[in-house]
Amino acid sequence: MSAPSSRRVISVTVRDEPGVLVRIAGLFARRGFNIASLSVAESETPGLSRTTFVVDGDPATIEQVQKQLQKLVDVLKVVDHTETNFVDRELMLIKVAVRGPDERVELRQIAQDFRARIVDVSRRALVFELTGDEGKMDAFIDQMQDFGIVELIRTGRIALPRSAGRNGGRGDAVAPPERADVT
Amino acid sequence: MNGAEVVIRALERHGVEVAFGHPGGAIMPVYDAIYDGNVRHVLVRHEQAGAHAADAYYRASGKPGVVIATSGPGATNLVTGLATAMMDSSAVVAITGNVPTSLIGTDAFQEADVYGITGPVTKHNFLVKRVEDLPRVIAEAFHIATTGRPGPVLVDIPKDVQQAAFEGDVDAEIEVDLPGFQPTWSGHAGQIRKAAEAIRAAERPVLMVGGGGQVAAPEVMAFAERLGVPVITTLMGIGAYPAGRDQSLGMPGMHGTVTSNRAITHCDLIIGAGLRFDDRVTGKISRFAPNATVVHIDVDPAEISKLVHAHVPVVGDLRDVLPRLADELGPLDVEPWWAQLREWKARYPERYKTEKPLVSQEVIELMRDVVGSDAIVATDVGQHQMFAARLYPTNAPRTWITSGGLGTMGFGLPAAIGAAFANPGTPVVLIAGDGSIQMNIQELATIRKHDLPIFIAITNNGVLGMVRQWQELFHAQRYSEIFLADSNPDFAKVAEAYGIEGHNVFDRETAQALVPEVVARGGPALLNFVVYESEKVFPMIPAGAGVDEMMIGDQEPDAEATS
Ligand SMILES: Cc1ncc(C[n+]2csc(CCOP(=O)(O)OP(=O)(O)O)c2C)c(N)n1
Repeated sequence: MSAPSSRRVISVTVRDEPGVLVRIAGLFARRGFNIASLSVAESETPGLSRTTFVVDGDPATIEQVQKQLQKLVDVLKVVDHTETNFVDRELMLIKVAVRGPDERVELRQIAQDFRARIVDVSRRALVFELTGDEGKMDAFIDQMQDFGIVELIRTGRIALPRSAGRNGGRGDAVAPPERADVT
Repeated sequence: MNGAEVVIRALERHGVEVAFGHPGGAIMPVYDAIYDGNVRHVLVRHEQAGAHAADAYYRASGKPGVVIATSGPGATNLVTGLATAMMDSSAVVAITGNVPTSLIGTDAFQEADVYGITGPVTKHNFLVKRVEDLPRVIAEAFHIATTGRPGPVLVDIPKDVQQAAFEGDVDAEIEVDLPGFQPTWSGHAGQIRKAAEAIRAAERPVLMVGGGGQVAAPEVMAFAERLGVPVITTLMGIGAYPAGRDQSLGMPGMHGTVTSNRAITHCDLIIGAGLRFDDRVTGKISRFAPNATVVHIDVDPAEISKLVHAHVPVVGDLRDVLPRLADELGPLDVEPWWAQLREWKARYPERYKTEKPLVSQEVIELMRDVVGSDAIVATDVGQHQMFAARLYPTNAPRTWITSGGLGTMGFGLPAAIGAAFANPGTPVVLIAGDGSIQMNIQELATIRKHDLPIFIAITNNGVLGMVRQWQELFHAQRYSEIFLADSNPDFAKVAEAYGIEGHNVFDRETAQALVPEVVARGGPALLNFVVYESEKVFPMIPAGAGVDEMMIGDQEPDAEATS
């Protein structure tokens, strides 16, 4: 489950104050990190938001950024998921060109394999909705490349640690491993 | 009561006696409240100077410094001062006016995104949108500025918020509740034990004290006394341990003493206390203290292993950690190490040649000998700063005021003012360069207005000396844009024009006769010493080189020196 060493998934729990995102993003930018994705939303506690950053950087610098993040007054908690057992998901909407009935059938078949939902249908395109981890997103995009991707948008990854236990928490029991779907 | 009056009342409640500042449109309600408030306001002639003065006020007193400015250009003028305070961990609370909330974001007259601009140069900042938040925000600002590792905090207040009626009880007790801001005070017992073990095992230990030591001088002293360990004080740590004591090896780093730098190279243990291993101290990291176990004590966990790996990190305040660590230890038996250090100290005293015309070093020594080491010493930035650090280091905490981390030219004059307000009656010596002084020279007016006991000594070499030194040594003597002499003002006349006693001094004899006379008059005074142009600060570790690759220069070379 751990990402390649240069790619880190970091969640930051913050007080909902204006400007807090700029402060966090500034810490990454100052050290030359590119933020690969970023998602922000309210958490289970009113007044607190959870943000998930996916960044590329060397481990020593990432550690320094984490310590700097921890120092920000509006930051309550910083978790680097990379070294831990975590669940992460991303949502993607992807519009793919359709050039005839054969392609339409083929696309539906692939979508089924990936458990992607079709959320919009027109004569010349289909829009799929897909959730999963990064690998699954990339694999699906790869398959769609042959048909012609018209537009796509991804939410960026969100992550939570799994509950303690040998194979992670109950999450594994209720949802079969994502990889099984991927051809 | 309006928001502006709430601000002044809150400052009073936080014990603020003096605030530095400059008025303007968007902060006028606050200035109206100052008119009848109990906070003494010192009008500076440039907001940057206000920020430096507030910074130095903290450094010299331990009480947070306050600076007030208007929106737009007033606030942007603070930026250098805030960045200076941030780098040197100085507790400053800056209050700025902003355009009314309804105009924010419209490019209104004198609007700037001060909240956005100052974020990276403050420990924290606030934009206050509701008058009822003011007492809480100001309480939080003081709490954040002074708790843990100190730093500047800015509170930006739109004009309509200053004018709005405040309904609550302005004197109500405020419990600061910041769950995300809980600095560690007390060091971890297990880590302190590990540190003690490492120290006990050392044969060649050194204690390196940084700016953090300014708050813990008695603890540093007790610790050093008990262990009998050699003490190195960084540029920011000067005064945290008396420079004049036998145990002191002086300053480390780029322009440090031979003994300090050699001790670093040869030691087997460093106790780093309240310092951040700045690159000007370490030189090339891979050559820094190659044989040393590093015990790093700091209140800021982000400083631990940032640059130099800490084998034993201890996060906590020195006032807590040092006494507890000392309790676990007795006198160290390191006599062979001391013998070596004493030999280096004897072989490399401070040395410079005086057969040339007047030189900066003797001017600084003259000031030291006449004004004495009970004064506060402020400096500007450049060669004169390094000469002063080496020749006029002070013996008490909070008496050495210099811009270390940011190296801000123009810091000195306003810093001398801030220090003078922090310690009424104590003489302040400012060692400045002819370049630096001109970056905030307008503050002579502030000195005059309050007749502060400040003695300004300009070591006027007619050049941007530190830049010239690098050009001579590393840029093939291509002296690009460093000449000032052809267009410098007559500094004595400038002083006189401001109503301050001023002298131009060209030779040794006049200097020796004049300084005691001027100092006896109590100040303020400006002494412009015209000194030898090509003097260089040695030893010097070239940028990017290792601590063991010192250029010894005027100091007598020996086998270990590289040049
Ligand atoms: C605001 C600012 N600009 C530029 C520099 C770069 N700088 C460092 S030392 C120095 C020369 C300072 O000259 P002066 O004040 O005359 O002092 P000297 O070195 O001659 O003693 C300069 C330009 C700086 N530190 N700060």
